[in-house]
Amino acid sequence: MTTTIRTRAMCLLLLGGLSASCRNPEWPAPDPGPANYMAGPESGTPLVAGFSNASDVQVRIEDFKFEPSRLTVSPGTKVTWVNKDGEPHSATSSEKPKRFDSGALDSDKSYSFTFAEPGSYSYFCKLHPHMTGVVEVR
Amino acid sequence: MNKDQESLGDRMDRRGFLECAAWAGTGLLWTVSGGILSSRAFGQEGTGKGGARAEFTFVQISDTHFGFSKEPNKDPAATVQEAIRKVNALPSAPAFVLHTGDITHLAKPAEFDAAAQVLKGLRADVHYVPGEHDVLSDETKPYLERYGKGTKGLGWKSFDHGGIHFVGLVNVVNLRPSGLGYLGAEQLEWLKKDLEPHSDSTPVVVYTHMPLWTIHEKWGWGTDDSEQALTLLRRFGSVTVLNGHIHQIMQKVEGNITFHTARSLAFPQPKPGEASNPGPMKNVPADKLREMLGITSVGVVSNPGTLAVIDSTLA
Repeated sequence: MTTTIRTRAMCLLLLGGLSASCRNPEWPAPDPGPANYMAGPESGTPLVAGFSNASDVQVRIEDFKFEPSRLTVSPGTKVTWVNKDGEPHSATSSEKPKRFDSGALDSDKSYSFTFAEPGSYSYFCKLHPHMTGVVEVR
Repeated sequence: MNKDQESLGDRMDRRGFLECAAWAGTGLLWTVSGGILSSRAFGQEGTGKGGARAEFTFVQISDTHFGFSKEPNKDPAATVQEAIRKVNALPSAPAFVLHTGDITHLAKPAEFDAAAQVLKGLRADVHYVPGEHDVLSDETKPYLERYGKGTKGLGWKSFDHGGIHFVGLVNVVNLRPSGLGYLGAEQLEWLKKDLEPHSDSTPVVVYTHMPLWTIHEKWGWGTDDSEQALTLLRRFGSVTVLNGHIHQIMQKVEGNITFHTARSLAFPQPKPGEASNPGPMKNVPADKLREMLGITSVGVVSNPGTLAVIDSTLA
């Protein structure tokens, strides 16, 4: 499956709790323009195995699927789900009690959650429980 | 899927048949008798005097999705209103209406309000069960606030009418990841006790949102623990299970149990395998939309346990 994560090389410290080992002082300051993107669907070069050490990562909900359905991020990463489908969906934690719940996301609506702690966070769509995904934080 | 009416059955008089043709249009007519589903002319109601089982009809509507506003239907309120006019114009006034869920699209208060506003145009009482869309925000709270009266647990209940036992089940709450619909232990326990006093010859009609048989697992069209409910129902001589959720008509007969799904009043969904996902069918020309939406009218004829199920479209 092609990785469709888009990342923005944001410079440091937007959110608390970022792990120091994930910061690269040599990264350029943020500047809109494809040259400053680490990778993306435009360049056609996916990040290694869905791993991102940027602070902002996106999961697309489309065709009744989470893309990518398996995402690995570092602690402190903010993950944003965007619903690009015509039907409402949700990103709801499978655990009890729920770690996070986007609630109903209509088309083009998004929801963000910051994964502060390492762990494996499985989730699903409340409306269409066959849609499942997992965020690995390490 | 529209079939013309078949040849006249011997229980139907000429006037009844003409009245029936006037409103059913190119609808489907089905009769269930002793568990066998066959397509023939609907026996119109008689004077219904005396007898343990008076003849009556009831209507099922489903999946109104108030709040939905995309292709192929920017205004479900309008198509629902057309259906209400149709129901109110039925030659045999229904005793009540069943709404098998997805009343709203996103369970927003404004959507529930809009639904109530439009549905009060129905001249008959309506019995509801929720769809998964109705419990999207804050779980069952908004739904039960409006429709919980007289129900137990997460909104299930039963009632009797004309010798038939009606059971409304809720299979859209506490859905598990990778799962289908779900009834849960508490509801199944309630169902067991609820059915106990009724003899095997009592016709039972179960109405719920998600199908109680697995139509298409990949799209979540089924109920994980339905087998436990069906086991409780199998001893009855006539069981009819009505549901919505899939926005198209499908049926199945399993012994004495007949399953019948309903069309939506908002938008059609594709058949299993005809699309990559079960979302609304978008490329439906405006003049074809109403042929894919509709209501279900169910009639009880004087033969005990016999139901005539009629699907009709809005067009």
